Amino acid sequence: MATKHSRSAARLMMAPAVILLLGWMLVPLIMTLMFSFKKYLPLRGGDLGWVGFENYVRFVSSSAFWPSVGATLTIVGGVLLITIFFGVLLAILLNQPMWGQGVVRILVIAPFFVMPTVSALVWKNMFMDPVNGLFAHLWRFFGAEPISWLSQASLPSIVMIVSWQWLPFATLILLTAIQSLDGEQLEAAEMDGAPPLKRFGYITLPHLSRAITIVLLIQTIFLLAIFAEIFVTTGGAFGTRTLTYLIFQRVLESQNVGLGSAGGVYAIILANIVAIFLMRIVGKNLDA
Amino acid sequence: MARAVTQQRKIINTTAAWGIGLLIFFPILWTILTSFKTEATAIADPPVFLAFDWTLENYSAVMERSNYARFLWNSIIIAGGSTILGIIVAVPAAWSMAFVPSKRTKDILLWMLSTKMLPAVGVLYPIYLICIKLGVLDSRGALVIILMLMNLPIIVWMLYTYFKEIPGEILEAARMDGATLKEEILYILTPMAIPGIASTLLLNFILAWNEAFWTLNLTAAKAAPLTAFIASYSSPEGLFFAKLSAASTMAIAPILILGWFSQKQLVSGLTFGAVK
Amino acid sequence: MSFKKALCAATAMTLVTASGALAENLVIATVNNGDMIRMQGLTQDFTDKTGHTVEWVTLEENVLRQRVTTDIAAKGGSFDIMTIGMYETPIWGANGWLVPLDDLSAEYNADDILPAMRAGLSHDGTMYAAPFYGESSMIMYRTDLMEKAGLEMPDAPTWQFIREAAAAMTDRDNDINGICLRGKAGWGEGGAFITVTANSFGARWFDEDWNAQFDQPEWADALNFFVGMMEESGPTGYATNGFNENLNLFQQGKCGMWIDATVAASFVTNPDDSTVADKVGFALAPNSEGVDRKANWLWAWALAVPAGTQKEDAAKQFIEWATSTDYIELVAENEGWANVPPGARTSLYENPNYQAVPFAQKTLDSILAADPTNPTVKPVPYVGVQFVAIPEFAGIATEVSQEFSAVYAGQQTVDEALAKAQALTNDAMEAAGYR
Repeated sequence: MATKHSRSAARLMMAPAVILLLGWMLVPLIMTLMFSFKKYLPLRGGDLGWVGFENYVRFVSSSAFWPSVGATLTIVGGVLLITIFFGVLLAILLNQPMWGQGVVRILVIAPFFVMPTVSALVWKNMFMDPVNGLFAHLWRFFGAEPISWLSQASLPSIVMIVSWQWLPFATLILLTAIQSLDGEQLEAAEMDGAPPLKRFGYITLPHLSRAITIVLLIQTIFLLAIFAEIFVTTGGAFGTRTLTYLIFQRVLESQNVGLGSAGGVYAIILANIVAIFLMRIVGKNLDA
Repeated sequence: MARAVTQQRKIINTTAAWGIGLLIFFPILWTILTSFKTEATAIADPPVFLAFDWTLENYSAVMERSNYARFLWNSIIIAGGSTILGIIVAVPAAWSMAFVPSKRTKDILLWMLSTKMLPAVGVLYPIYLICIKLGVLDSRGALVIILMLMNLPIIVWMLYTYFKEIPGEILEAARMDGATLKEEILYILTPMAIPGIASTLLLNFILAWNEAFWTLNLTAAKAAPLTAFIASYSSPEGLFFAKLSAASTMAIAPILILGWFSQKQLVSGLTFGAVK
Repeated sequence: MSFKKALCAATAMTLVTASGALAENLVIATVNNGDMIRMQGLTQDFTDKTGHTVEWVTLEENVLRQRVTTDIAAKGGSFDIMTIGMYETPIWGANGWLVPLDDLSAEYNADDILPAMRAGLSHDGTMYAAPFYGESSMIMYRTDLMEKAGLEMPDAPTWQFIREAAAAMTDRDNDINGICLRGKAGWGEGGAFITVTANSFGARWFDEDWNAQFDQPEWADALNFFVGMMEESGPTGYATNGFNENLNLFQQGKCGMWIDATVAASFVTNPDDSTVADKVGFALAPNSEGVDRKANWLWAWALAVPAGTQKEDAAKQFIEWATSTDYIELVAENEGWANVPPGARTSLYENPNYQAVPFAQKTLDSILAADPTNPTVKPVPYVGVQFVAIPEFAGIATEVSQEFSAVYAGQQTVDEALAKAQALTNDAMEAAGYR
């Protein structure tokens, strides 16, 4: 249906968005690249000249680098696993007939409305505080020693906080997908005597694959960039320093913009590796 | 017999779903409850749920200390402005991708999404310097533009998936009748796409509302939104749970209420239009 | 312009000139500590006196630091006055980023500012920030628990005594920890505390050639002592406790002793918030036996004017107002003498009304006992007691304190942490061009 006329019109219409995003990507990217080859210390006079690849070498040779990549992948992976696993279960449950489904749905999606800063503050202080937190009260009630969550179980705690924020999203996408599942097919399978687990494995799960891909894609994009949750809770201590946080420390805490920019370039490379990997799976699924 | 079973199952389902729903909602509920306690009650052991002396003193303390109305207004302008502007830029792009797809459409779409993966903190200094050069530090306009750019990929993508659901034959028919491109978009496409646009609008409004890096780092007094408001109540000296809860409730209440009233759009918005 | 409008404008002009100068609107960035919140409440007094209005940007400490540092380094000009500390002031002053405060009015009486504070907020003898309040650190202890333990707190105890007393006061069944100290990561939190502790064990951050000194036995002694004592008598999870967490613990009666900022004294003796208000005693911060340095720091929250502001005069007027003796009296009138901003002015400690406050003398003694220019037993190339006044320090010390906090949480050994601290410090110093 595409005529020559509409093709050029289409290009014209795409132009503003593409140009804007290109600018938004290129201008900071070029500046980051430039800084990354410089000794740039705002507190010591700013631009102190070109230093070649020194910042790049220094950034990876720091003892903090590989642990930070590990922490990033742990958090992203952990949250994805938890939200998808519980998302599927919750979606199946919410799809069953029940009273007050609408209200339950609102309760479940509510965490998504909460600012990351607020949710981190609330979890850190009102739940995970080892003295006054609700968990501490609960633990003491059962005669147990309260856990100092953010130091003794720092990564799991952060994974939990972030999962709480993103579970609504996963649940809703999966719920919408399940609702479009053909009930007759399931019923037929039930008649044929297929056990529930088999029905789930052969009918429900394949049907959900596209939705799961979407969850994977969108969440990864947002999770690679999480910052507030770490800034508020541990400040990067106890092994929770992600790559994003390490860059933050280099740029703002150490005020070493050159070094931080080199880190930024590494982060972009990591993001692109993840992106290519994701696009491989998503690309196929997106056409459907 | 069969009825009884379903009835029984329904009861079990309802109990389980409500239990889990309340569990997930509990942190928010607890924050709201705590905001009505005194600081001492807020940390009481064992914790009190409802049987405490409800007080508004935290709210009045917060109101007295900070100009809540201004923070709120800035949040509305920044989140609303960036979302609306984003949609204006994104609609034509999404339209052309959906109706005049080329080989590269998908690549462009995925490239747009990938721009969201750049770590914001890495470009803080460059953006800060640009804002100074342009003299737009601490202005709502700058944040509207930046948040618009941040969310543009998501907006384009959502609109694209919504537009793709609109059958092409309708457009073709309109074209046969001699409708121009402009008319086509304005009178045929837009009405059909309104639900999708509304969902996109809502979701991105929330994303922009909750954005806490740029809104905090590029503002001072004039343009500071609710994220900065929260930063003045986190970890001060002394007991602060109750006041923090009050401030938190004030920061998230507008969005919670908005969510309640537009549940349907929001739910379809939350799926990013990607799942039917 | 109509006649009426012109008339209005003219009247407005006269009103403004009558009040001194053009009425300005000042944007002030500050930290959300109690004394600053109180100052916000009293701003009207300043507006009444000068005609200038004030807009507050109140932020939590970490956010504030990040915000003002970015702004001043990039010359953003977002703020007319910034609340900064003793760490930032000399560095920024040396860079020419702050307006010198050497021409304040005679009635302001800058000579009344405590010499230690003034020195810490100056570079090359020029003051760049005026102290709003100053602090050192000291021991706050529960007199009743001390008595129960059958001990008596000397005026200037040693660490060895503190450890013994802490063990004696600890009563796990009743949820009483003998001692509460900061373990939280961050250079201004646990980092500051472990640095002064190390000073009092004879350690130092750098030798004269800027080589990190974490491989020296004094650091191992200090850290092992600290960890050992906290395991015996400290609260669980102290690895995440900072000033505020310890304050809450102490106010709830869960600590026998607490060594921290002198400003905490007014909180723990305030019966509105503290359950132990009438049972608190004070003593100078300890030192290890035979070491001639005490574990107390020196700090001030101060107001500074970034260079390049258009509103320099109004900003200086505000600083004069907020750090004046009149302001102290204003607070005393409204909130009582125990709540005035302490540690900034000599005259405050000569005031009989203030001398009646139980912690006044010990606060002054602690402040006078700290010497930023000579903080350690062995010679050092830097200025600062609980910090090193170089731009790189905040970043380095935050990372070092994160390694230490991991020790407190039981995630690595003292030796591992010190080895990592040594490596990362030397690495960062090399990157910055010191070595």
